[in-house]
Amino acid sequence: MHDKTLTELAAGLTAGDFSSRELTDHFLGRIERLDSEINSFITVTAEQAQASADAADATRRQGDAGPLNGLPLALKDLFCTQGVRTSCGSRMLDNFVSPYDATLVEKLAAAGAVSLGKTNMDEFAMGSSNESSYYGPVKNPWDLAAVPGGSSGGSAAAVAAGLTPAALGTDTGGSIRQPAAFCGITGLKPTYGRVSRYGMVAYASSLDQGGPMARSAEDCALLLGAIAGHDPRDSTSVTRGVPDYRAELNAPLAGLRIGLPREYFGEGLDPDVEVAVREAIRVYESLGASVQDISLPHTNLAIPAYYVIAPAEASSNLSRFDGVRFGHRCENPSDLIDLYKRSRAEGFGSEVKRRILMGTHTLSEGFFEAYYKKAQQVRRLIRQDFLDAFDEVDVLMGPAAPTPAFDLGANKDPLSMYLQDIYTIAINLAGIPGISVPAGFIGQRPTGLQILGPHFAESQLLNVAHQFQQATDWHLKRPVFGEENS
Amino acid sequence: MALELEDVRRAAHLARLGLSDEEAASYVDDLSRILEMADRLQAVDTEHVAPLAHSLDTTQHLRVDEVTEEDQRERFQRCAPAVEDGLYLVPRVVE
Repeated sequence: MHDKTLTELAAGLTAGDFSSRELTDHFLGRIERLDSEINSFITVTAEQAQASADAADATRRQGDAGPLNGLPLALKDLFCTQGVRTSCGSRMLDNFVSPYDATLVEKLAAAGAVSLGKTNMDEFAMGSSNESSYYGPVKNPWDLAAVPGGSSGGSAAAVAAGLTPAALGTDTGGSIRQPAAFCGITGLKPTYGRVSRYGMVAYASSLDQGGPMARSAEDCALLLGAIAGHDPRDSTSVTRGVPDYRAELNAPLAGLRIGLPREYFGEGLDPDVEVAVREAIRVYESLGASVQDISLPHTNLAIPAYYVIAPAEASSNLSRFDGVRFGHRCENPSDLIDLYKRSRAEGFGSEVKRRILMGTHTLSEGFFEAYYKKAQQVRRLIRQDFLDAFDEVDVLMGPAAPTPAFDLGANKDPLSMYLQDIYTIAINLAGIPGISVPAGFIGQRPTGLQILGPHFAESQLLNVAHQFQQATDWHLKRPVFGEENS
Repeated sequence: MALELEDVRRAAHLARLGLSDEEAASYVDDLSRILEMADRLQAVDTEHVAPLAHSLDTTQHLRVDEVTEEDQRERFQRCAPAVEDGLYLVPRVVE
């Protein structure tokens, strides 16, 4: 059952081949047997999952089952879940049991989906390798010496390993798309504002967006339909209607205009990744698409702009963790300032502290204009690059990451880690959607093709990704790891 | 722009973040190099470019000014480290 896509499992439930309870127990069993190899879950909610599965089976018997009813999935551990620890991969929230559900969690539960548990992640979603988690690094099921990517590394690894058929992640600078590429799965970052952020622990509020991670574009379409839409509790969520994302999946691609950003094929790109990406683009040409070179001239400013804007927003967002209302509190504080300083010093890991310091510095008097305001101006130029490009082409294509998954411990320097985000980060600054689909292997490690579209073009991106997956079988490959080896 | 130890100490205090001497020293180097990277922004002419805070050109949704949330203080205080009579407890601030 764990080799099937979410769409196939939905068909199996409808046909009565198995119950949601059987399906849920199957995945819980795999998590129990295999997750010790990859550490992809922080919390497994077996009892709640079984109860939700039984309820979903009862709903189906009454004839009320929607498309997601009874399907198991996993949630990145920064979506608040009522009554279940929501740790954000941090010691700060190790004791935090959320008193409410995120809107996305509420919507999935209302659709009858079954949560298996909460997945591992870089602390507060700050990282590209899942090595900054308080709960230890996640390993890549394709090669246990490799990172799974980050920050949604646990979600990506769990899907790739067949411990869950799908998972929800978040993407602030590539945190869905890069781990999807490293783990050989499909991951979609929707347009900013498409999915409610209510109950998603904030990192950089003008960039954060939740989205699906699954085995196929078709599965992502199914999930996006359930989580998208306006939420009165998130004033940045948009009011436009939610289309049926599965309706356009089979539209033919003849006449599709693909742009290849020159800047995404330059220095720093691993030659083997480039070969895989160019091979994928040839598949599109065989499907009737046309390809042209295009320029996104401000690409080299995306990382500097991001690493001013995101830490600035983070330093403000993370000021709520003060040891007073929730989260970690130090022992025997001598006064209020000592309480704040020591609770935060003990609760946060080193990358989170680095970004809080960076953001506090650039927002402080004397530096605000030179850094924060400047970065916001450059952000407009970066967005304009994409708006201009989409006047000429329908979608942009390129690599999701410059290399395949790197070794655990290989990027100790924060700056070299930041450079991993070179092809994903501008997309968040511009607010446009992007999807990463499996496009081959470098040795035993997967690599991904990234497809970008204009604001709210999710239907088209899913169509373009789905047609590739009808013509190729990279997304059907499965890793063999752990005790499955023997 | 290179940072001095004093800048890191100042930011840490503003952020109410305790740092050991060793941590503070290591952040001087890291943050200097990150700021040096950020200095690449200075090469761009942005004189006539308005800052972009939000990727979509939308305005805040407004709603009728009515109370829509119920009082859930007790529930929300259950995850607090220390409360008494509905108040959050902190070390004495006023003698």
